[in-house]
Amino acid sequence: MQAIRLSKKVGADATALTILDDVSFDIEAGDAVAILGVSGSGKSTLLGLLAGLDTPSDGKVVLGGRDLFALDEDGRAALRGQMAGFVFQSFQLLPALTALENVMLPLELAAHPKPDDAARALLGRVGLGERLGHYPKQLSGGEQQRVAIARAFAGKPKIVFADEPTGNLDAATGAEIIDLMFKLNRENQTTLVLVTHDEALAQRCSRRLRLAAGRLISGAVLQQAHA
Amino acid sequence: MNAISAGKLSWRMLMRDARAGELHLLALALVIAVASVTTVGFFADRVERALSRQANQLLGGDLLLVSDRYWPEEYEARARGAGLSVARTARFPSMVTRVDRTASQLDAPPPQPTPRKGEGASAPGESVDRSVQSEEALLSQIRAVTPGYPLRGQLRIADTPFAEGHNAEAIPAPGTAWVDDKLYNRLHLEVGDAIKVGQARLNVAAVLLQEPDAAVGFLNLAPRLVLNYADLAATGLIQPGSRIRYQLLVAGEVSAVEDYREWAAARIGLGQRIESIRDARPEIRSALERAGSFLGLASLVAVILAAAAVALAARRFLQRHLDGCAIMRCLGASQGRILQLYVQQFVILGIVASMVGCVIGYGAQYVLANFLGSFVAADLPQASLLPALHGFAAGLLLLLGFALPPLVMLGKVPTLRVMRRELGAPGGVGVLGYLLGFGAISALILWKAYDLTLGLYMLAGFSAALVASGALVWLLLKLLRGANSGGISWRYGIANLRRRALGSVIQIVALALGIMALLVLTLIRGDLLNAWKGSLPPDAPNRFVINIQPDQLQTLAEFFAAKQISPPQFHPMVRGRLTAINGNKASPEDYADDRAKRLVDREFNLSWGQELGDDNRLIAGRWWDELEDEQEALLSVEEGIAETLSIKLGDTLTYDIAGQTLKAKVASLRKVDWDSFRVNFFVLAAPGVLDDYPASYVTSFHLPPERAGVLNDLVKSFPNMLVIDVAAVVTQVQKIMDQVVSAVEFVFLFTLASGLVVLFAALASTQDERVFEAAIMRALGASRRQLAKAQAAEFVAIGALAGLLAAAGASVLAFVVADRVLHLPYSGSPEVWAIGMVCGAAGVLLLGMLGTRVALNAPPLAILRRIA
Repeated sequence: MQAIRLSKKVGADATALTILDDVSFDIEAGDAVAILGVSGSGKSTLLGLLAGLDTPSDGKVVLGGRDLFALDEDGRAALRGQMAGFVFQSFQLLPALTALENVMLPLELAAHPKPDDAARALLGRVGLGERLGHYPKQLSGGEQQRVAIARAFAGKPKIVFADEPTGNLDAATGAEIIDLMFKLNRENQTTLVLVTHDEALAQRCSRRLRLAAGRLISGAVLQQAHA
Repeated sequence: MNAISAGKLSWRMLMRDARAGELHLLALALVIAVASVTTVGFFADRVERALSRQANQLLGGDLLLVSDRYWPEEYEARARGAGLSVARTARFPSMVTRVDRTASQLDAPPPQPTPRKGEGASAPGESVDRSVQSEEALLSQIRAVTPGYPLRGQLRIADTPFAEGHNAEAIPAPGTAWVDDKLYNRLHLEVGDAIKVGQARLNVAAVLLQEPDAAVGFLNLAPRLVLNYADLAATGLIQPGSRIRYQLLVAGEVSAVEDYREWAAARIGLGQRIESIRDARPEIRSALERAGSFLGLASLVAVILAAAAVALAARRFLQRHLDGCAIMRCLGASQGRILQLYVQQFVILGIVASMVGCVIGYGAQYVLANFLGSFVAADLPQASLLPALHGFAAGLLLLLGFALPPLVMLGKVPTLRVMRRELGAPGGVGVLGYLLGFGAISALILWKAYDLTLGLYMLAGFSAALVASGALVWLLLKLLRGANSGGISWRYGIANLRRRALGSVIQIVALALGIMALLVLTLIRGDLLNAWKGSLPPDAPNRFVINIQPDQLQTLAEFFAAKQISPPQFHPMVRGRLTAINGNKASPEDYADDRAKRLVDREFNLSWGQELGDDNRLIAGRWWDELEDEQEALLSVEEGIAETLSIKLGDTLTYDIAGQTLKAKVASLRKVDWDSFRVNFFVLAAPGVLDDYPASYVTSFHLPPERAGVLNDLVKSFPNMLVIDVAAVVTQVQKIMDQVVSAVEFVFLFTLASGLVVLFAALASTQDERVFEAAIMRALGASRRQLAKAQAAEFVAIGALAGLLAAAGASVLAFVVADRVLHLPYSGSPEVWAIGMVCGAAGVLLLGMLGTRVALNAPPLAILRRIA
């Protein structure tokens, strides 16, 4: 994955607010990359752009050899479906679906032949084999995040994006969740991009990108020179 | 993903949503919409048929085939083959002769008893000896009937004229006859006496009080006699060239009758025609038309409410699925894919809900039919399946119009919402969405309206009301900004209303719609129905007197005064034949329509008058008072006859009146409410136009049943006059009104259910938000009491505002419907305003507090975690 001169501004020209300013870096397959920074430094915006959830004012993101923003919204969605998994701070499980159904959803959308079996296996691996039929509101925060992790890995993604995955959890539960995420990451040889302001968590990643006021202040490894 | 697996996924998603309770409101709104459309459809269908059948009692059958030749057996066989009942009659004028008692006892067949339960017929020879009077003869209208006659309605007979009498259970036995009061009095007959009709000698077995079609045969003024068809040959009167009218009556299942009518219509030739009640009595047609309008009104209100409920439920569905869609986008689903999944889901939902609605509708109309059975007819005809199809189509149309626009928005949810929850649905539903909804409801209204005028008024009224009330609420919310006095609870409550401005406007307008339906149902329905019933009061005229000579006006008025009957109004009448329209000779051959042929063929009754009657309305042209400068002779023509005879405003009509020619211009066209039962004329002339022509007078009056004896005196005092009894028609119209009132009240129950669903949906549309905010407020330290007060303030404001709008809407709707559609005076009911506001505030407060009580009682964290 490559980020090339990414910028994000909001508002009209005169009063435009720059959230990201000319950010470039590469991420190798299998890397675990932490994006660090204080609140408002632009970490989540960067993650949103890397995942193609948002569009930049300038610059481009290349994922799996394809320019994300040369694709239309549906094209990006299709690429995400093939390559990416997500873990969010607020879990983002569908309240009307059971734990099992939440994990089955990406498989069903991808017309997986046996979404049920695959989802059961994954939930077993995250320790929720006994709680398949529970609704999100019947699960604790840690359990909900485990379901979200199972869902993120369900489609065998090449890259998993995580936005403050432990932000809503206590320290002990957060640590368990991180262990689980790194374990699955290793097993599946997935690339992991996570946003955090937790230094300890960041230390477990192979690389750290630090942002301040929308600028990348350390961690950029550029394999090619970009003008 | 192929279509089958996409369908499967949609089905699974539907099941999951259904299980989680996400679809309850939408499904309920759809089911009620379809059920009410279907029930009204089924019910109106059946009741309308039942009412028509009742009206057909005045004709003696559902269909009447009339000819001057014997109807070939083929016609009878065809009808019987189709499961229809059949009877024949033959009518002809003949002298009826009283046979001297002594003579009759010598050679008459023994008298047959009247077919009457419980009592035997009077034996001959019991009365005074009148042998001195030998024979008398009177030209009468004879009717020979076959068993089964009449197929609809009853023959009513007694032993003496103007007695109470009873319904005959069969036709006169062979060898006997029933005579009417005129024959009875003028031939000085008694039951048991013998008479001769042609060569046949018959015994009088009963006095004929009423025949089903007596009121229909307006011009048939001769004394009447009914005999058995089997005796027809014995009279020797059936000769080539005799003036005999043969009738074939059929009755039965509506569709079979219709098929038969088509079959017969394709075969009949010159001198043959087919009649049904709508052709025969304008009063009945008028009453049935209004009945249709009322039922249509009930059905339309239900449809509009259902549409509102579906729209609200779909909006709530949209709000609750924004997250899910954002996640699916995140997981790689394209816009089209999401749209496809939800559209499929909704189509399945629509089909299932519509089916359930149809089944409920079908069941409900059975319940209603059972209830109405005692009012309408013991044998309410079966409903056709068509209303079920209509209901089904209505359900899908509602879903398409009101649920599709929100669905299209679901597909456009920004993916970034997964990270930034404040990102909602993109923009508004869009012009296309509103057009679709408007189109759907317009199509439904125009389609379901039994009467296009009613439909158009409703459509225009509701669109204007929605826009106007939306604007009004918006304005009021802006004005409420100033209302900063009061406690924190009140301020917070009102601030909430303003903050959710769009949601509040939608909610208040929807609530107003629901409350309006309830107001129309409870207060205004009664007023409208009473106004209708009031248009035909119990003392509506039930007797017409015609052929009153100018010099008899004074004595007749005195006669009425002496009998303590309020002196009636006399209308002049001149009989004339229409000979030309715009100088072109008018002849029956010029018209394809049977009614038109007969109208041209016979003499019209022309009258004149200075004023336009209450039951007349100008629909084109101007009345005399605006045309005083006009030099030409002027006429005003009833619109129905104008249409039948293709007469237009400005045409010049030529009449032949007793050998003289009258030429006059059509200055106006009138619509006449025939069901007022007052004397009315197809053609009116301006005052003075008919002064030089010989006139007689006509009047109508109300005679209570117990004073029927007055008629005897009237006929004896003024032998030249003819009394026409329309009591049977009046009673029939009053019965139809009563039944329609019951039917409408029932149909309105479904409207009530729709109204309640709208109320519920409107409150539910902001419930999640309210619960969430309440939890935050409580977390911030607001007491339960403060919170309850703030919510109560908001609910009371919403309810009162909605009630006010509802009262306005209900008043306007009632006025428009009364004035424009039903043509009845309506004064409005002032209490609607107070009741609307108070009940609106109280109802919304109660239901609203019930809906958000969870937020007041549960721990805030539990709610925040559940909703966040």
